[in-house]
Order: sequence, then structure tokens, then C-alpha cells
Amino acid sequence: METLITILAGVLVTIAVYLLLCRNIVRVILGTALLSHAVHLLLMTMGGLKQGGVPLIGEHEAGFTDALPQALILTAIVISFAVTAFLLVLAYRTYKETGSADLLELRGPKNE
Amino acid sequence: MNNILVLPMLIPLLTGIILVFIRSNVKLQQLLSIVSIILTATVSVYILERIQREGVLRLDFGGWKPPYGILFVADSFSMLLVLTSSIVTGIILLYAFSTMGKAYKQMFFYPFVFFLITGVNSSFLTGDLFNLFVSFEVMLLSSYALIALGGRKVQLMESIKYVAVNVLSSWFFLLGIAYLYGTVGTLNMAHLSVRIAEVGQSPLLTIISLIFLLVFALKAGLLLYFWLPGSYSVPPTAVAALFGALLTKVGIYAMFRVFTLIFYHEPSITHTLIAVMAVITMIGGSIGAIAYNDIRQIATYNVVISVGFILIGLALSTNVALQGSIYYLVHDIIVKALLFLLVGTMIYLTGKSKIQEMSGLIRNYPVLGWLFFIAMLSLAGIPPLSGFIGKVFIGQGAIESESYLLLGVGFLSSIFVLYSLLRIFLNCFWGETIISEDDDKPLKMGVLIPSVLLGLLTIGLGLGADAISAYVSDATRTLTDPSIYIRAVLNTIE
Repeated sequence: METLITILAGVLVTIAVYLLLCRNIVRVILGTALLSHAVHLLLMTMGGLKQGGVPLIGEHEAGFTDALPQALILTAIVISFAVTAFLLVLAYRTYKETGSADLLELRGPKNE
Repeated sequence: MNNILVLPMLIPLLTGIILVFIRSNVKLQQLLSIVSIILTATVSVYILERIQREGVLRLDFGGWKPPYGILFVADSFSMLLVLTSSIVTGIILLYAFSTMGKAYKQMFFYPFVFFLITGVNSSFLTGDLFNLFVSFEVMLLSSYALIALGGRKVQLMESIKYVAVNVLSSWFFLLGIAYLYGTVGTLNMAHLSVRIAEVGQSPLLTIISLIFLLVFALKAGLLLYFWLPGSYSVPPTAVAALFGALLTKVGIYAMFRVFTLIFYHEPSITHTLIAVMAVITMIGGSIGAIAYNDIRQIATYNVVISVGFILIGLALSTNVALQGSIYYLVHDIIVKALLFLLVGTMIYLTGKSKIQEMSGLIRNYPVLGWLFFIAMLSLAGIPPLSGFIGKVFIGQGAIESESYLLLGVGFLSSIFVLYSLLRIFLNCFWGETIISEDDDKPLKMGVLIPSVLLGLLTIGLGLGADAISAYVSDATRTLTDPSIYIRAVLNTIE
């Protein structure tokens, strides 16, 4: 199972890198969103997928699953959600202001 | 017991939240923000004093004993930075009071500044790697908002690049955390240090440490500073000063913490790489600083040079060199804020930003001119100003460990700093005045006083270096001997 999830994360990173290299700003944002999903999967896999019971004190299981990676991912998901939302608004404002969603045109003024 | 440790993070956070609700009342916002920043600084002084008496302090949130819970750890190094950044932020806020437009003040400028300080202070204080990531994000999200606030075309264009670069570096941070957790099974910094010391820093762990190096280098602008000059020169002066003074320093702090506490076993790989990156950074920054004619660009390239210079201390990692880096870090926070405020004031007064378009400002504004002169000498490291002592210690460290290349490039970069700022000084302050008596804008006291305060601070820190030497040597002791930090955090386990 770990191998499968790792491969999935790898596929997500591949797609994300392709999107990040696009000139369209919306695709770049989608790329960052996919990228963060990939790393969340990786975080979960690195902590070991389901290995035992629920990590609660009342449960009488031999082994418990490590709950920490899930807590980490939850935090990271919230953060990436906020950043993606901000980026989308920023891109929309930039589009309104400059009339362009092409990153080559948004490079800014040339130096000298 | 140690609950006071949470205050440098909690006070700015609560202030920020309260300020959101009183956004229409600018006067009240300003009063509250200055009170809160003074309170933060006072608390920091108190904690710093307590560390001298009782050693490294820690606070376990929710009573979870380390290494299971999240915790704050305060040693002299982190508290010195918290204290300096609180003082400098207070002074920058004073500048913002009289220069920021009413629209900015009503559109949540002050809350964002306080959220930024929340992130900065909790990055300095945290003892947990994942918590460091969260603190970074708090700081970065506020900086995204601050850089785009105002919504001018150039701001929006630069902020997109800034956000994209930082999202990518946060991604690498999470990647490093994932690998590290998978390998060692903990994220508490002291516990990480113990476990890595036990199993030895294998090549795999060294690679992970390089991922962290990449992340912090992006945040600090070490070698990977391509995003920095653009994004630091577009926001309003007060914001640019805040960024120039604080943001890169957080990356530098994280690098010092990680490479002195956790990954210190393979200096021939990691620390050599840091040295190479520092040298290239100083060379690139020096070229940038003399290549541009826009005074804001010159100021931002000066930030780059100083990042390279401070990291010489980490690359050498000797006692003296680290001491020099800490002195220089404190000095740099103060004097970069001063430099950015002065440059912003010059642009405000003349309406121009190129050096060939300004001339003779010292006739109309003598105090501003002499303050710029002081900032220049301090950055170049002329005694008795505050840059001197840091440069001497770093130089001494380089001589002791016979790294003459680092020594040479470090001091050569100081000459470039001097040259680049001397160009501004000669072109803009000397010569025939361009401002006729009719459109001579009066320099408001509210603009001048913050710069004067920062100027006094740099002189005071230079003359009174003895006053902080006890704290700096304590900070150096903790950095050179990780066991002090580890014992303070993990004493419950033994």
C-alpha cells in the first residue's frame, strides 16, 4: 500500500510540475494546489499507513496507528487552502488590473 | 510557571485581532498598537533577564511533556532577536503613523503588521519543527497581504511572484519534514538532535538537511535571492523596512538553529555548502548593489550582501564567528530598517527614485543627510558604530579557522556596501540642490524621529556593546553546545 501511495504522490508531482511550468496563471495556481496534495500524501505515507487500532486510551489493541501525521496533514491542508484562496483572489485582481493572465506579460518592467 | 513565554506571540496576535474590529478608528488603532509593541518589548527584556539567571526556559503547551507536545523554548539567541525585532517594529510603526495613507490604515494595515510579528516571534521561540512551519506560514500569509495591500499594478505583479516562490519553498519545507519524520520519527528539535546523534548523520539524513538548507536559503535570500529585490522594492516604505529588517532574518535564524542543533555532524558537506553559497551571495549582491541606479534596488541588494556575510559565521561555526554573527544579526535588523526608512523618505521628498535625478538634498535636509551618513558607516562596519564589532568577530573567526577566502570576500563585500551607498550619498546629498525654495517640502517630525531613533540605536549598540555582550556570549554558548538546549528541553525524560 505504501508503494502505491508513493507512486500516486509521484504522479501528482509530475502533473503539478507540468502545470507550474505553464504560462497561464490559473494553471500555475492549480499546480501549487496539486503539489501540496502530493506532499500531504507523502507525509501520511512516511508516518506509516494503518498499522494498528485507533490511538485512543480506551481501546484495547496490540498496536496503535501513529496519529501525528494525520494531525500534521490537517494543519497543512488548512494552510494550503488559505494560500490557494489568497492566490486565486490575487490572480483575479491582477487580471482585472493588468488585463492579462499570461505570466510572460506579468514579468514586470525591464531593468534599464 | 513559564507561561510568560507565550506572551511575545500572544500579545501581537490578540492586538491584531482587536485591531480588525476597530478599523475605522485610526487614532485608537495607533494607540493600541504602540502600547502593545512596548509591552512585547518589555516582556522580552524580562524573559531575557530570567534566562540569564535560570538558563534556557521552556513552555509545554497543554502540559504535554516533550517530546510529545508542542513547546516554546527561549534561549538568549531567540530572545535577543525577539527583543530587537519588537523594538525595530515599534519604531517602524511610528514611521507608519505619519506616512501611511488613511486608506491603508483603514484597510487592515496594522492588523497585518501584528500578524506578521506573531509569525516572526513564534518562529524565533518554537521548539518544534512542524510548529516552525506553521509560524512561517503565519508570517508569510501576512507578508503576502502586506505586499499586495494598495493594489497598484506593479505591486500585484511582484506579489504573484513572491507568493509563488514562497509556496514552492513551503512545499519543500513539508517535504523535508515528511522525510525527517519518516526517518527519525520525531519533530521536536531537541529530540531530533538526540536521535540523530545516536544513529549518526547518515548520508540520507544529510540529504534531508540539504532540503532544509534549500528551504531556509529561499526564505533568507541566501544564493536564491532572485525574488528579493523585486518584491522588497514595491511596497510602501514602512512595509519595505519591516520586510528588509525582519523577514530574511527569520530564515537566517532557522538556518542557525537547524545547523547548530540538529545537523551539525557533517560540517564538511553542509557547512562547506553554506560557505560556498554565502560567497556567491555576497558576490552577486555586490554586483547588484553597484549595478543599479534606483536607490530602492541598491538598498535591497544591501540586504542580500548582509545575508551572505552573517552566514559566514554559521559556515565557520567557531565560537568567535557565531558570536560575531549574533552581533551582526542584531545590528543588521536595526540598520536595515534605518536604511529603508531613509531611502523611502528620500523618494517621498523628491518624488524620484534614480540617483542621477536627485542632488543636493543635504542643503534642505541636513539631519536626513547625516543620518544616511551614519547608516552608511554602520553598514560598512566603521567603528564605533554597531556594524564594527560583528565584523571584527566574524573576521577573527575566519582567521582562526584559516578560511582566508571567506575573510577576503566578506571584507571585500563591505567595501562594495560602502561604495554603493557612497554613490547614493555623493549623488543625492551633495552637489547643487534640485529643490527650489518654493517646493521645499517640510520634513515632518513624525518622519524624522523614527530614523533618528534608529540612528541613536546603532550608535548606542556600537558604543555600548558591553551591555549586550553577556547575552550574546550566553547565546553563543547555547549554539556551540547543543547539550545545553537539549537538557533544558528533555530533562523530564532522563
